[in-house]
Amino acid sequence: MAWLAPYNYWIFVFLMMIGLYTVVARGNLVKKVIGLNVFQASVILFYVSMGKINGGTAPILTGDPDTVYSNPLPHVLMLTAIVVGVATTALALALVVRINDAYGTVEEDEVQEMDRAS
Amino acid sequence: MVRMRSLFAAVMLASIYSLLMAAIFVVLDAVDVAFTEAAVGAGISTVLMLGTLALTTNREKDPAHKPLLPLLVVTITGAALIYGTLDFPAFGSPDAPVHSELSRRFIEKSGEEIGIPNIVTSVLASYRGYDTLGETTVIFTAGIGVAFILWRQRRRHKRKGGRKT
Repeated sequence: MAWLAPYNYWIFVFLMMIGLYTVVARGNLVKKVIGLNVFQASVILFYVSMGKINGGTAPILTGDPDTVYSNPLPHVLMLTAIVVGVATTALALALVVRINDAYGTVEEDEVQEMDRAS
Repeated sequence: MVRMRSLFAAVMLASIYSLLMAAIFVVLDAVDVAFTEAAVGAGISTVLMLGTLALTTNREKDPAHKPLLPLLVVTITGAALIYGTLDFPAFGSPDAPVHSELSRRFIEKSGEEIGIPNIVTSVLASYRGYDTLGETTVIFTAGIGVAFILWRQRRRHKRKGGRKT
């Protein structure tokens, strides 16, 4: 069963595929942003699951020298990633509102058609 | 969530997905990441998306063409990534290369060097303080960007309204 050991990465790959499919295949711009968020959460899961140690506990010092802590470094990096992710989401959604104002639609196909027509 | 035509329902499902993700992070010992994800991912992102839906539209149109090419691209990407994970260390193994010198030093020394019991806080605010400064710069820039994009739109609306009356 050794080949089953990195199963946490396969969960990440599956979620990432859902997110990537939403970004690539859906024409609606809001749906694309949701897909990006799914993608982002899957990458965060990838990092956090790498830091997990069996029998470990949250990296808050207990004072007991025998405590096993999970790796705090991926947690720090992912905190930054989440906050930057919401900043990019806000910017993307502002662009969606702006596109809706200029074209009257948030569907990618219709926007491209209008661009070609003009 | 992907095949849903009502965008409101899709946004709500995305919020639930984020909340479940936060629960998984608690199980994986990442409590700080969990409450950031619950507050930011499930909270603020959802509010922002609902605001966008209020300003645009709630319905998604049916796709014009079959998604065969995207499916192919996604499957190839996924297969390549799974092939890449085959020689990764097992889940939860304590001797994975990730747990080498750097994080061991943080765990052993941060208590006496910084004096905060939460190691994640010590690393975030002290050892990687410049990283956090850069993060706040990114957020500030994004905030300015959002303000400018929406401000220009408001101004044009006013001009349009002025011409009509």
